[in-house]
Amino acid sequence: MMDAYYISVASNMGMIAFIALSAYLLLIVGEISFGQQAYFAIGAYASGVATALWGWSFLAGLGAGIVSAALAAGLVALPTLRLRGLYFSVVTLAFAEMVRLGFEVFTYQVEIDGELVGPNGSDGFRDIRYVYERDVSDVEYMLWIYGLLVLVLAVFFLAERSRFGLVLRMIGEDPLLAEVQGIRVVRCKFFAVVAAGAIAGIGGVLYAHLATYVEPKIFNVMLGVHSLAYGIIGGLGTALGPLLGVFIDIGLLESIRALSGYRMIVFGALVALLLVVRPRGLLDERTVYAITARAQRLWSCGDATKNAPS
Amino acid sequence: MIDFIQNCLDGLMRGSAYALLALGFTLIFGVMRRLNLAFGASIMLGVFIGTFVHMEFEANRPLVALATIAAAVAAGAYVERICFWAVRRDAALASMISTFAIWMQLEELVTLLFPERTYAFPPLVDWQPIEFGEFYLRAEQLMMFVIALATTAMLHVLLFRTRYGLSLRAVADNAKAARVVGLNTGRVIIVAFALASALGGMAAFLIAGTDGQVTPLFGLWATFKGLIAMMLGGMGSIPGAIVGGILLGLIEAHGLWYLGAEYRDLLVYGIFFAVLVVRPGGVLGQSVARRIQSAAGRV
Repeated sequence: MMDAYYISVASNMGMIAFIALSAYLLLIVGEISFGQQAYFAIGAYASGVATALWGWSFLAGLGAGIVSAALAAGLVALPTLRLRGLYFSVVTLAFAEMVRLGFEVFTYQVEIDGELVGPNGSDGFRDIRYVYERDVSDVEYMLWIYGLLVLVLAVFFLAERSRFGLVLRMIGEDPLLAEVQGIRVVRCKFFAVVAAGAIAGIGGVLYAHLATYVEPKIFNVMLGVHSLAYGIIGGLGTALGPLLGVFIDIGLLESIRALSGYRMIVFGALVALLLVVRPRGLLDERTVYAITARAQRLWSCGDATKNAPS
Repeated sequence: MIDFIQNCLDGLMRGSAYALLALGFTLIFGVMRRLNLAFGASIMLGVFIGTFVHMEFEANRPLVALATIAAAVAAGAYVERICFWAVRRDAALASMISTFAIWMQLEELVTLLFPERTYAFPPLVDWQPIEFGEFYLRAEQLMMFVIALATTAMLHVLLFRTRYGLSLRAVADNAKAARVVGLNTGRVIIVAFALASALGGMAAFLIAGTDGQVTPLFGLWATFKGLIAMMLGGMGSIPGAIVGGILLGLIEAHGLWYLGAEYRDLLVYGIFFAVLVVRPGGVLGQSVARRIQSAAGRV
């Protein structure tokens, strides 16, 4: 049987993986977002309101979280997508802080069984008890998290193997060149922003229902910049990159108790040194390409004519 | 009306310190074209060393200021070496994430060395508040404003009246061309970093001296204020940084008065968001900022 501590670390990693993947998706199209925590927060609050206040089921709450996060991302994308580079990054930061500060003053409480439930400004949102009340065990909930994560990853892998994935990477590489090739850059970026919002929203839904309590200050800029850093540390060549980043930080560094108190000093130094050697992370595009090429060669080794020099 | 003018006065005083932070940001952004997220953390280290010197040796204020600035410059040089000099030229994103990592590192270092939540900082001056007519100003605020003004004037002289200033502006304008004509761009950059950190250290000393205390949240706070002030006014321009800083001070002062503390920051970010969307070049706008800059360059 797994130790409860490891289960909680694993669940934590799974939930953070969603927001790391959402930041990664935007990095692929060449945009740096400091604000993915906003959609994480919106997913958490919307699903919490749906299940705790309106009595929706978990799946419906999940849907509500995803749709609200995607909707918010779309609304933000409309005026901000024409901004480039640092301007886009900072505007996402401004939006995320607006969302956080908005939740600090947002109150919407309903009396349920003689108790007031619902978001209550800076006191946070207590008693998101849907999962807790149904006696879902820690292990079971962890499996829900990883089930959803595998689903999202499957979509990522399908997309990366498709023409659309190539188009997204091309936009990230050189948007002008992509435009010249007839690719509708703004439309693709809009799609990426909305999808990234939805993915971060899933993470928020899962977080709110595991913790049963959320407060605005959890969704500060640190969460957003960490999720950005995970992609860069793990590598921008594959969707496994951000997962590797999450694993290195939460799985390894946070779990090594000898490091407690010095974790950030070690983490900071490791990341800084890593980026000197590998500016696009451990699993960068070149490495991923080399690995897949080798794998393909192994796969087709039976067919000697294919590889024979002519 | 009296409230309005009083708010403007408070905002102007506060804004002068924000302008210094924004100037530090702008200098680094100007020569590197990269964002230094560790800026706030490095000047926070400075201000904590300042408070340490104050507590341990009961040093006088100029000495505390000197210690603050020296430590901020040392931390800034550390950031420059690790996050900018060592990282490949074409990897702007890696540089930025690297500054974030170093920010986390410096912040933890500060909380390890200074485990209390808040530390007292010597006030800038011990004088009585100044009252004239209906208006009221704390002496610390006025002192902050005067020193910030003098620092900005010195920076202006340095940038536009010295040989080093000329080379810095050349690198900011076009780093490649500057190298071609034989400038040692690496040295210009490290000096620009030191200069920016010194400005930040000065701003931190003034702000901590006005607030009377420092907390480990100062790093995040300073990075945000500097970034917002820089981009409100117009990125990479010196007048833009000053205008942005003062504008931020004014918005905060009025927001606090009319809306209260809860909505003040919301208002700041709302206006910031709107400015970026409507006028990404900042309030001064890119063309205006460029015209002012080129006019100043010709003098």
